[in-house]
Amino acid sequence: MRKVLILFAHPALEKSRVNRQLIKEIDAIEGVTFHDLYEEYPDMDIDVKAEQDLLMKHDVILFQYPFFLFGVPAFLKEWMDLVLVHGWAFGKNGNALKGKWACHVVTTGGSKTSYAKEGYNRFTMRELLAPLEQACCLCGMQFLPPYVIHGTNVMEPERIQQHTMHYRSMLQLLADRNFNPESLKGLDNLIDQFRKG
Amino acid sequence: MHEGGFLFQAFVYLTAAVVSVPVAKKLGLGSVLGYLIAGVIIGPFVLGLVGSEGQDVMQFAEFGIIMMLFLIGLELEPAMIWKLKGSILGMGGAQVSTTALLLMAIALFFGLQWQTALALGLVLALSSTAIVLQTLHEKGLMQTDGGQNSFSVLLFQDIAIIPILALLPLLATGHGMEHGSHGESGHGAGTTWIDGLPIWGQTVAVLGVVAGIILAGKYLINPAFRLIAKTRLRELFTAAALLLVVAITIMMGKVGLSPALGAFIAGVVLAQSEYRHELETDIEPFKGLLLGLFFISVGASIDFNVVTANPILIFELVGALLLLKFLVLAVIGRIFGMSFDNILLFALALAEGGEFAFVLFSFGLNNGVFEASLVNPLIAVVALSMAMTPLLVLLNEKLVQPRFGTVEREEKAPDTIDRKSRVIIAGFGTVGSTVGRFMQANDEEATYLDIDPDNVDLLRKMGLKVFYGDASRSDLLKAAGAADAELLIIAVDNGEKAVQIAETARKYFPHLDIIARTSGWEESFELIDIGVKNVHLDTLDAALRIGSDALSRLGHRKYHVMRAMKTFRRYEERHLHELAEMRHDKKELIRATKQRIEDLEELMLKESEELHKDKDLGWDASGHMADEKHMRS
Repeated sequence: MRKVLILFAHPALEKSRVNRQLIKEIDAIEGVTFHDLYEEYPDMDIDVKAEQDLLMKHDVILFQYPFFLFGVPAFLKEWMDLVLVHGWAFGKNGNALKGKWACHVVTTGGSKTSYAKEGYNRFTMRELLAPLEQACCLCGMQFLPPYVIHGTNVMEPERIQQHTMHYRSMLQLLADRNFNPESLKGLDNLIDQFRKG
Repeated sequence: MHEGGFLFQAFVYLTAAVVSVPVAKKLGLGSVLGYLIAGVIIGPFVLGLVGSEGQDVMQFAEFGIIMMLFLIGLELEPAMIWKLKGSILGMGGAQVSTTALLLMAIALFFGLQWQTALALGLVLALSSTAIVLQTLHEKGLMQTDGGQNSFSVLLFQDIAIIPILALLPLLATGHGMEHGSHGESGHGAGTTWIDGLPIWGQTVAVLGVVAGIILAGKYLINPAFRLIAKTRLRELFTAAALLLVVAITIMMGKVGLSPALGAFIAGVVLAQSEYRHELETDIEPFKGLLLGLFFISVGASIDFNVVTANPILIFELVGALLLLKFLVLAVIGRIFGMSFDNILLFALALAEGGEFAFVLFSFGLNNGVFEASLVNPLIAVVALSMAMTPLLVLLNEKLVQPRFGTVEREEKAPDTIDRKSRVIIAGFGTVGSTVGRFMQANDEEATYLDIDPDNVDLLRKMGLKVFYGDASRSDLLKAAGAADAELLIIAVDNGEKAVQIAETARKYFPHLDIIARTSGWEESFELIDIGVKNVHLDTLDAALRIGSDALSRLGHRKYHVMRAMKTFRRYEERHLHELAEMRHDKKELIRATKQRIEDLEELMLKESEELHKDKDLGWDASGHMADEKHMRS
């Protein structure tokens, strides 16, 4: 059993449609810890030590959030700046996260086709996530392709339901020790794992 | 009745009060002195607007004292009294017995018979509950060691009235005996029921009445009040509260006990009742009015004819009485380990004669204990000594002030005194101390000013830079380093005082930045008027925290709640400043307040929608922006 930590950041979950469904009873999946950052630290007063201890207890770290202006929600960045510090996460003696798996689970309003060189957003998701990928690399983590759900602005309930099931399957897969995440590395978007099968 | 009957009299008394008390307050003399002066002015000696009926009025007004003790009882719980038992019995007992014996010795020296001398000693040993408690309360000194001990001694004196009343008839020397009638015992009550009973029977009756009050208070009064409260007629509840006090007064009078003591016991019994605060607010105005009336009648009853007939003797007697009682009290305070400040307060507060002396003098006169020629000047002496008390306490306050900074230096004091603080904190209560600790934790050491001498001594021993004194005085601010400081934090819990401090600071140290804690809108407005920009309502943050906690518990997202809370607070604080500008126009103020409450509600609803627009709708939810280009391919 691999232990999976979901670092969830959503400043207005009460009005969310997709993310709210995705995280429903997610805690019940064996091996998964759901950590709701905006709810845990409404005044942004992060308990760094507790966060670091929590990270140490897990093998897979998922960053789940809606994509805001091509980046993470402000508080998730704050969390990264305070928790992933020199001397602990990287730098000399900073090897606390070494060997763990990292993955960004992102929802975007725009469609898949808009995230391309010729598309309206001009860059691919992988390109836009480059700084975050490098941050994980710096910490010695293995960066998996992002799990991106596009087009959440215009998504029918049935589709959301489907996404929810896929996401749960992905979590179960990641938590399974017999499954080697290495095999996912070739994918463009982790969600493609379910498209094929 | 003097000319014009009841209404005219009411007019005279009320005018006297309304005119002289604000003047006295403005001059810093306190309300008690104001009432007393009003009494003197309308009394027979100056304007002659009230005459011989002053005595009757006083007896009626003594009802105010009974109410005051009832209210004091309401504030105290039995456990608290039990804690005070040492000081009540020890200090009270020592004060009454020592003072009485010394006065007796002096009276014997001047050739009085021993019976008369003893009676005189006992009567003059008592102090004035009304004046002392009202004065200390007004100055906020009740909670100090000196105030507490004064209260204990006064309580003992109230209890001591009972045996003194029983003893006086036995001390009769024969002359002027009027058929052994008891005149009035206690306050305005008629003859007692239990005169005919043997001593043991009287004891049983007395204990029975006290037990009756306790039992009735515990089991009868609460259900009765519940029934009355159910009628939802406010005035009926007020009537019931008054009835309760009147009934106790009559009962106690009938068995010859002090009604004030009975009311006090009833108050203590009801201290845990759910109707306690209702009772308090209902009785309070009556108490205030009657007590004021009482002070006026004390002032009016000072017989200046007796005084002018032999002014030197009278003033010698007043001085001697005050000095003797002061010395006895000071020694007692010393023995009981009180601090210097508190001894001074305690001894000065209790040095006067008491209102019970008037009752006991006339009682003794009727019983042939005293002669009129002895009693008349002594009544004037007692009244004058009572009038002196608020003055003495006031002088004490002004004389104690120079003590500022002369508190015995602790071993490590010099270096701390040399270091200049950038911040002065006025008031070291819960707010002031928390502010101070927070600042100290961030390496900003403040200089504190506090008005409670015990608190100051304690904090000084703990090594804090605390000074005793009233921060509304410019010289004290100066001594605390206001000239070099940058910031003054007003953390006192008394709004009036806070405004005074701010006024002084603005006037003498205009460079000081001021942050003020306030407990109400009215005082916040006043502070803003003076020019204090940083005004913090002490309850606002706690209330918003409670509200936020409640919303979170109801399942609202905490981050949203926190943002809503900050919005609310921002608007609330802005309103405070806006409303301050129109506070003089009450109508406009109410209208504007109402308008702002509505505006804020509307705004919060709108803002919570917009929050989602910004951070949710645009990126993650419904399709209202789906036609935007960046959403498309």
